[in-house]
Amino acid sequence: MNQLLDSAVGHLLRDLAPQVLGVVARRHDDFAAAEDAVQEALIAASTQWPRAGIPDNPKGWLYRVAVRRLTDQVRSEAARRQREDSVAAERSADEPFVPALDGDVVDQDDTLVLLFMCCHPALTPPSAIALTLRAVGGLTTAEIARAFLVPEATMAQRISRAKQSIKSSGTPFAMPSPDERAERLGAVLHVLYLIFSEGYTSTSGASLNRPDLSNEAIRLTRAVRALLPKDGEVGGLLALMLLTDARRSARTGAGGELIPLDEQDRSLWDKSLIAEGTTLVSDALSRGSAGSYQLQAAIAALHDEAPSTEDTDWPQILALYGLLERMSDNPMVTLNRAIAAAMVHGPAVGLELMAVLDDDPRVSGHYRLDAVRAHLLEMAGERERAVAHYRVAAERTTSIPERDYLLTKAARLPDG
Amino acid sequence: MRFMLMMHAPRGTGDYQINNWAPEDFKAHIAFMHALNAELTKAGEMVDCQGLTPPGQARIVRAGKGGAPAVTDGPFAEAKEFLAGYWIVEVDRPERAYEIAGKASAAPGPGGKPLIIPIEVRQVMSAPPDQA
Repeated sequence: MNQLLDSAVGHLLRDLAPQVLGVVARRHDDFAAAEDAVQEALIAASTQWPRAGIPDNPKGWLYRVAVRRLTDQVRSEAARRQREDSVAAERSADEPFVPALDGDVVDQDDTLVLLFMCCHPALTPPSAIALTLRAVGGLTTAEIARAFLVPEATMAQRISRAKQSIKSSGTPFAMPSPDERAERLGAVLHVLYLIFSEGYTSTSGASLNRPDLSNEAIRLTRAVRALLPKDGEVGGLLALMLLTDARRSARTGAGGELIPLDEQDRSLWDKSLIAEGTTLVSDALSRGSAGSYQLQAAIAALHDEAPSTEDTDWPQILALYGLLERMSDNPMVTLNRAIAAAMVHGPAVGLELMAVLDDDPRVSGHYRLDAVRAHLLEMAGERERAVAHYRVAAERTTSIPERDYLLTKAARLPDG
Repeated sequence: MRFMLMMHAPRGTGDYQINNWAPEDFKAHIAFMHALNAELTKAGEMVDCQGLTPPGQARIVRAGKGGAPAVTDGPFAEAKEFLAGYWIVEVDRPERAYEIAGKASAAPGPGGKPLIIPIEVRQVMSAPPDQA
């Protein structure tokens, strides 16, 4: 009825979701059931609050409704068991299983524990993403399904499989041990990064941006940073997201076509996001040993601060890609380093650097190799060969905007 | 990655042959398809699936004068096979799409014998990975 109230309720619910789930999951050792109960409480609130107003103690309200749902669920389960097995009815249906609300809904932030749980390495990335968005992001299954362009039933199954995997992995609802934390935090950051990329690039369909997912990833990463303010990689990831997101409105044209970095209208870049991202990454880098998100963020910052492609600090970018390459053994990093090297030392050096990739089974035959080779050949003035590589790349890409872009590039170069 | 699995049925006389099957064969075929679709949904892989009306009902449309559609009824003499229906699945590797297609291809026909329907598997194009 009232749009302002509707959106205020939405924001509040999504902030409260992980806090309420944390309390319920702590008190009840069945994470899967607790998660379902909290989801039901959120749905109830989203229909009731906009009409009746936000209750004085919204967190307590959600907690009470979730616990009631859990109790109902446990009761009907017990009743079923009693019917099925009258001898071994372990509990009486009247026995309260869930502690009644005693007014002291603990004000402990369980968001991090939840994230460690939802991004458990036992889960496949699509499952971890879906569960994280629901349990930590407070989104409904229908909203997540819409964001990923799949039917709700498919998304519901992904979530329930995710919870099943957690159950069978025997992971308790608790903070991982200190020696496990670094690896598990890496998994969390990776899932957040995947959510961001999904929103930023979209793996299916013709449209480029699904900004809600990017915004959600940024919101969750901000929450992690508030809990771990001293972690360089958390700050690095947040910076990388902000510095990438800053270019969003310049990245696509009026017809949804892809505009590459060197052709973007830089006046459209979001200056406040760039300022925030740059401060974050400088702060993270000043803490010593830089991780891969910090390095990627530092590269993004150099692009964002440059007035044009020509005036970009390519020597610095080349050095950063060199550091990244030593850290990650990722052929796409090598490819980017080749581009940076071409900008510093000329296209011949870039082409030479990327030659090793033809024998790398992870990328040989990938359209990006042809696309970059075409670009470097164009720089070198070898138009005929550049056109040929643009066409091969266009044939190989699975992306519609990318294909259109590559064919346009090829068409712009006169043959020979 | 998303794939479209297109099931091509023999064209026949404009009807799908399935319309002339014995009721129990037809039922077994439909039950097989329902079970396959439920399995794909349960695996979190189903994006969409649709069956199409027989080729006898198909129309060919071309732009006519002044942008009005010019509709013709066929015939489609050159086509031996017709698209009978499709699935769009989201899987983590192409091999899984082939596996699903293989399963669908073996849907039971008359007498419960696997039909071995040809299924064309094509990757659905997407927006580009993060570059700019």
